[in-house]
Amino acid sequence: MPETFDAIVVGAGPAGNSAALTLAREGLNVLQLERGEYPGSKNVQGAILYANALEQLIPDFRDEAPLERHIVEQRVWMLTEKSHVGTHYRSDDFNEERPNRYTIIRAQFDKWFSSQVKDAGALVICETTVTGLIRDSRGKVVGVTTDREGGEIFADVVVLADGVNALVSQKAGLRGELKPDQVALAVKETHYLPRDVIDQRFNIKGDEGVVIEAAGTITAGMLGTAFLYTNGESISVGVGCIVSDFAGSDISPYDLLERFKEHPSVRPLLADAELKEYAAHLIPEGGYKAVPQVAGDGWLVAGDAGQFVNSLHREGSNMAMTTGHLAALTIAELKREGRPMTAANLSTYRKRLEDSYVLKDLKKYRDLPTVLHKNKQFVTAYPELLSQAADTWFRVDGVDKRTKERSILRNFRRGRGLIGLVGDAYKMARAFR
Amino acid sequence: MTQKIEQKLYQNRYNVDEGRPHIRLKDPENVSDGLKKLLTMCPAGCWNLGDDGKLNSSLDGCFECGTCRIVAAAFGDEIEWEYPRGGFGVLYKFG
Ligand SMILES: Cc1cc2nc3c(=O)[nH]c(=O)nc-3n(C[C@H](O)[C@H](O)[C@H](O)COP(=O)(O)OP(=O)(O)OC[C@H]3O[C@@H](n4cnc5c(N)ncnc54)[C@H](O)[C@@H]3O)c2cc1C
Ligand code: SF4
Repeated sequence: MPETFDAIVVGAGPAGNSAALTLAREGLNVLQLERGEYPGSKNVQGAILYANALEQLIPDFRDEAPLERHIVEQRVWMLTEKSHVGTHYRSDDFNEERPNRYTIIRAQFDKWFSSQVKDAGALVICETTVTGLIRDSRGKVVGVTTDREGGEIFADVVVLADGVNALVSQKAGLRGELKPDQVALAVKETHYLPRDVIDQRFNIKGDEGVVIEAAGTITAGMLGTAFLYTNGESISVGVGCIVSDFAGSDISPYDLLERFKEHPSVRPLLADAELKEYAAHLIPEGGYKAVPQVAGDGWLVAGDAGQFVNSLHREGSNMAMTTGHLAALTIAELKREGRPMTAANLSTYRKRLEDSYVLKDLKKYRDLPTVLHKNKQFVTAYPELLSQAADTWFRVDGVDKRTKERSILRNFRRGRGLIGLVGDAYKMARAFR
Repeated sequence: MTQKIEQKLYQNRYNVDEGRPHIRLKDPENVSDGLKKLLTMCPAGCWNLGDDGKLNSSLDGCFECGTCRIVAAAFGDEIEWEYPRGGFGVLYKFG
């Protein structure tokens, strides 16, 4: 007689951990399966953690979680080969008692999160890859197969929190393959630097941190962004671009990262830093239109597997936590009421998602991926134009200010044409509406 | 200062499942031009082109990212793509 659980959760990233934690707390008999040697050993993130989603699950997480620095300054840069134009927002208000954003190191964070899941009573088994779904004669999912010997395990419901590739649901025919224009490939490095050097370089103290997001000519005409984040004793630096753009380019992801690191605005920040790790991972960036079916007979999807990422705001881990939590609440409610885990009963999960910021935000930006994709001027022409404008504006060279203004306007018109400029503003306004 | 991909990978930890490649092209001698983009696209530099025009992979540095599977599907190349057995493959210390 094979063992049967109330629920099986596939994956121990933020989505799976939130789901397993909630299910265990609701008193369900939960099994969580993770293919890595330990939770986090396969996972990559920038990484910015947004406090709110985690706080809903673990209100006092700040006391124990491995957090690197809370963010007091956010820089947004438009890069050309030699310059950056940007905004810096720094505020002492971010030095609050319960800060809103932190940098984290995923391998350590996921391990800690998993310890909370175990404490709540879930059975967590690592080094086990789920290879497929088991269905009953009516097609309802009733368990999973694994790469362990005799690896069939049964449950009333399966939460698929297996990340962006979502191989388990793909193989089960619940969805198709990812499209190259709906995912970004990101590469990232972690560099060691002593704490006091980081403090000095970024003008911070204690646990204060700085994050930089950068776009522009650095991605060689591809749609994408680069980032640099301060951790306690290390710097995370990375770049990501849409896969179909990489396929149309001759530059490799690691050469692109080298270019970013060599940029005159970035290089001094990394001087004498020691490379500790190089990593790569996909990010689902198709937005609202790429979200697959989220629940069916005996199964639900949470996190990256459901494409729940707001790429504009670089929010993914929070959506993973929220969707994992909502999936678990849906299951727990049915369990309490003694109702079966059918597609019809589980469909309230979609409703919960629609009522939350997750689908509201993705819906708001639903046209953005297409608009950006078809309008590469936002990463090619505009950074150059902005840089020229700033150069003209700030250089004191005997040219009068009115002539300078005209020259800036002329450049923009020449660069994009008046109709182009108006059209771009319109497209952007619509995509952000 | 540009570092070679080998130097970058040198810092990483892996538990390679020797003799059990988890990615396999069905027809490595007949691949699309699109798939040949993996020569530059694979973030771990796993793919190389033999003198015979065959697209080869050596997966010791593989990140299990999925890019090659997505590109193969998009260009109609058949690929068998599995995760390594549980516990094997890349082991991030930071991630
Ligand atoms: C470079 C980069 C930077 C990012 N920056 C940010 C950021 O700053 N802030 C933010 O909020 N988000 C960011 N994201 C997005 C964020 O990392 C993801 O949205 C988040 O990790 C999704 O969580 P998840 O639990 O759905 O998936 P994952 O974290 O990918 O977890 C999936 C888990 O399932 C396991 N698994 C997969 N298949 C199987 C299987 N068959 N059997 C068993 N286990 C399996 C995996 O090993 C993994 O542990 C970034 C992503 C990248 C790549
Ligand atoms: S999965 Fe990613 S790292 Fe591995 S071979 Fe394919 S493209 Fe390269």
